[in-house]
Amino acid sequence: MTTGAAAPSLAALAAAYRDGATTPTAVTEGCLGRIDRLDGRIGAYLAITRDAALADARASEQRWRDGRPLGPLDGAPIALKDVLCTRGVPTTCASRILERFVPPYDATVVARLRAAGAVILGKTNLDEFAMGSSTEHSAFHPTRNPWDLQRVPGGSSGGSAAAVAGGLALAALGTDTGGSIRQPAAFCGVVGLKPTYGRVSRYGLIAFASSLDQVGPLAVDVRDAALLLEVIAGHDPRDATSVAAPVPDYTAALGDDVRGLRVGVPDEYFIEGLDPEIEAAVRDAIAVLRDRGAAVERLSLPTTGHGLATYYVIAPAEASSNLARYDGVRYGLRVEGRDLIDMVSRTRAAGFGPEVKRRIMLGTYALSAGYYEAYYGQAQKVRTLVRQELDAALARVDVIAAPTTPGVAFEHGAKADPLAMYLNDVFTIPASISGLPAISVPCGFSGSGLPIGLQLIARALDEPTLLRAAHAYERATPWHARRPALG
Amino acid sequence: MSAPAGAWEVVIGLEVHAQLRTRSKMFCRCSTAFGAPPNSQTCPVCLGLPGVLPVVNRRAVEYAVRTALALGGRVNARCRFARKHYYYPDMPKNFQISQYEEPLAEDAALEIDGPDGAPRRIGIQRLHLEEDVGKLVHEGTLETAAASLVDYNRSGVPLMETVTRPDLRSPEEAAAWLRAFRAVLLYLGVCDGNMEEGSLRCDANVSLRRAGTDPLGTKVEIKNLNSFRNVQRALEFEVRRQAQALDAGERLVQETRLWDADRAATRSMRSKEFAHDYRYFPEPDLPPLDLDPAWLAAIRGDLPELPRARRQRFVEQYGLPAYDADLLTQSRALAEYYETAVRAHANPKALSNWIMSELLRELPGDDEAALARCPVPPAHLAALVRLIDEATISGKIAKDVLVTMLRTGEPPTLIVEREGLVQVADAGALAVLVDEAIAANPRAVEDFRRGKAAAAKALVGAVMKASRGKANPAIVDRLVQEKLSRG
Repeated sequence: MTTGAAAPSLAALAAAYRDGATTPTAVTEGCLGRIDRLDGRIGAYLAITRDAALADARASEQRWRDGRPLGPLDGAPIALKDVLCTRGVPTTCASRILERFVPPYDATVVARLRAAGAVILGKTNLDEFAMGSSTEHSAFHPTRNPWDLQRVPGGSSGGSAAAVAGGLALAALGTDTGGSIRQPAAFCGVVGLKPTYGRVSRYGLIAFASSLDQVGPLAVDVRDAALLLEVIAGHDPRDATSVAAPVPDYTAALGDDVRGLRVGVPDEYFIEGLDPEIEAAVRDAIAVLRDRGAAVERLSLPTTGHGLATYYVIAPAEASSNLARYDGVRYGLRVEGRDLIDMVSRTRAAGFGPEVKRRIMLGTYALSAGYYEAYYGQAQKVRTLVRQELDAALARVDVIAAPTTPGVAFEHGAKADPLAMYLNDVFTIPASISGLPAISVPCGFSGSGLPIGLQLIARALDEPTLLRAAHAYERATPWHARRPALG
Repeated sequence: MSAPAGAWEVVIGLEVHAQLRTRSKMFCRCSTAFGAPPNSQTCPVCLGLPGVLPVVNRRAVEYAVRTALALGGRVNARCRFARKHYYYPDMPKNFQISQYEEPLAEDAALEIDGPDGAPRRIGIQRLHLEEDVGKLVHEGTLETAAASLVDYNRSGVPLMETVTRPDLRSPEEAAAWLRAFRAVLLYLGVCDGNMEEGSLRCDANVSLRRAGTDPLGTKVEIKNLNSFRNVQRALEFEVRRQAQALDAGERLVQETRLWDADRAATRSMRSKEFAHDYRYFPEPDLPPLDLDPAWLAAIRGDLPELPRARRQRFVEQYGLPAYDADLLTQSRALAEYYETAVRAHANPKALSNWIMSELLRELPGDDEAALARCPVPPAHLAALVRLIDEATISGKIAKDVLVTMLRTGEPPTLIVEREGLVQVADAGALAVLVDEAIAANPRAVEDFRRGKAAAAKALVGAVMKASRGKANPAIVDRLVQEKLSRG
């Protein structure tokens, strides 16, 4: 491969390494070269770990030469959302308050990637503390959509999605709390998978909303997402919420056959406000699945509409607690003050951006004495209803098919109103608050050339079925192979 | 309007924090050992670094369950951890993982002796687990310090909080209850009970109400009670303060007061209006704790006999006075010591006397470690008493032998033999000494014959002296009487 071309898939890469057609060093240098040329315009990265990446690539190259690679990801250049702790490398959450924070440990997913031989290219941009849907709320710089630099890449894993779409990494890890992997994947025309809650360890993922956060892959195709999931999934004794179930062979579960698969299409996801181009693309995608042998049926998920409100109580409540530790006492930013309280206040005032402050205030209010039951308590009850409804639907069908987002990537600054921004998450939130696995795969383009995402949702821990359906769709359509023209 | 003296009924409830005797902390693997250099026993988890997650220490749960079961409590089949929020630099996450709505156990009780000697059952409302905070070290006093340092070694150490019902009726009774509670913890082996090192800490709630009325008065919480004596003194002070205020017709405010042992007074810390809103909510990083009934049954089956039951048994089985039984059952180690000795030599009262008057002069009876290290094992003490009972040595000699035993750790037989301390009970040999004494003390003989019976004592004394204390005094006395009367 040449430094100018967009990246191949991880699966193709492993074959090329084995055959000696290319080397980890060449591919890593290729990625770094594209970053040098393009990231000034895209802004996908917050930090590039060039020297470490090249050293890791050389070590990988030696393993391939010795015929002892650590697995299919050995030598694969991968980017990490900057909420995943990396030992000795600043991990900022795109926030001033953690600008100088250098973790003394690797997140479990990072350790697993390293153990699999992956080459870490650097840390990608996000909305501060993963709070947002556009990557405009990074304290450092916004990220631009490789398909149209005037537009946002989505968020909060916008840096990871843009890096993969722009060929600035072969794949990336993101995190999804209310749609933060799937929505930017849809906006950037890549595959984004949010695994079942508990499938992937959260240890070392800097928490936004603990009961919702989940790490997952962003990749150029479904097979790559499966390959990455296989490496990062599995029980972690350091995460009490991680699931003990064995990790299936996700790549073996792929195939292009969906005969007998039952696909549910919920009415409530095709509502007023949904971009007609998206509706058309998603309905076409469902028709493709039917043509490939799936049984498609309509569903009704009436509580879906309550998901958004539920989410915007629970997530800020947990965030207000998780972010309490940033006080200037131990690490990160400190702004001195008259006394302790003054120091903490000044540090937090200077360190957090407006969206983070808004959510801390929302969450603090929701947990306050006298309001707890009306907000947090009530939200938990609705959350249970949404989950029960999805579980009941998924007892009848194997996957639910729906749009990932109500609209395509919007222009920078177009959604200055927080509520307009929050509405972007309406289709991704139900799977989040239900802890279910969900994937976004490219399913077409708007008239203006912007990618559209098809979202599939499956039963808890049924990533094999989810990936099989997504893969079958992908094999039948050309969308995933399109790349933005970046020169 | 003022009430007549003594018209107030004292109502006290205690909150006790006991550090559980686990090797590692509540949510990470750091050591709990006391006295290590500052911050040497910390890790990302107990420092609350971004991205870390707690994992419950099973042994801590076991210890709390053991305590709850020993006190007849109801252990909840499912309990939950909760976050308690407030800002303080000794708390690295600015929330403490505790338990709130679903504690580990409820409705326990501990009996103590009432003022009339009849048993008084003091209810325990709840028993729950939480993590300790770090320790602030001020340069100078809190008010004048230019800087404060934080030692997080204690951060995350497992604590069991026990909250009594407001059943205690005097400061003395409160102190007695705390003593009894501490003894139970020591018996169960769940806490070392060291109040100076902070392993056992107590806060007290106290209010007064008109004798014979039901509604509780305004309560005051007193903090910083780090000894039995301080519990009693602080409560006595507070009862006086409240009674004087109420007698003067003043209204009390609900507040938290700090006990200042140096000034022997409590002072106000914060009133109810400034009370924290802790914004409790269920800890999302820890799934609810479901306790396996078989595990609970195993813990229940393994409970030791508790101090009061043992005290009763000592009275019945060994015929000991209540005083002896109380003293000997103050710690499990001491009671074990006593019973081991009695099994080796069945003279319960003599062994009790030796332990109470001699051994406990050297060792604190509630110090399990000191008893374990005692150079005189129970078998040796039993052997010593057997030597007296078998008239091998006199009680007086035995005291000297014990001094050597405490110094060298040797068995008494060895010492008696080596130092030639065996009591001379051979009448033939003693007769020679008696004859010599009579020959050497003609005046005493003369006095005796004139009817001065006491003169015989001087002759016995002379024989004892000549034998260097080894002569059996009863035999010597008989021989002297015989010889003098005959002559």
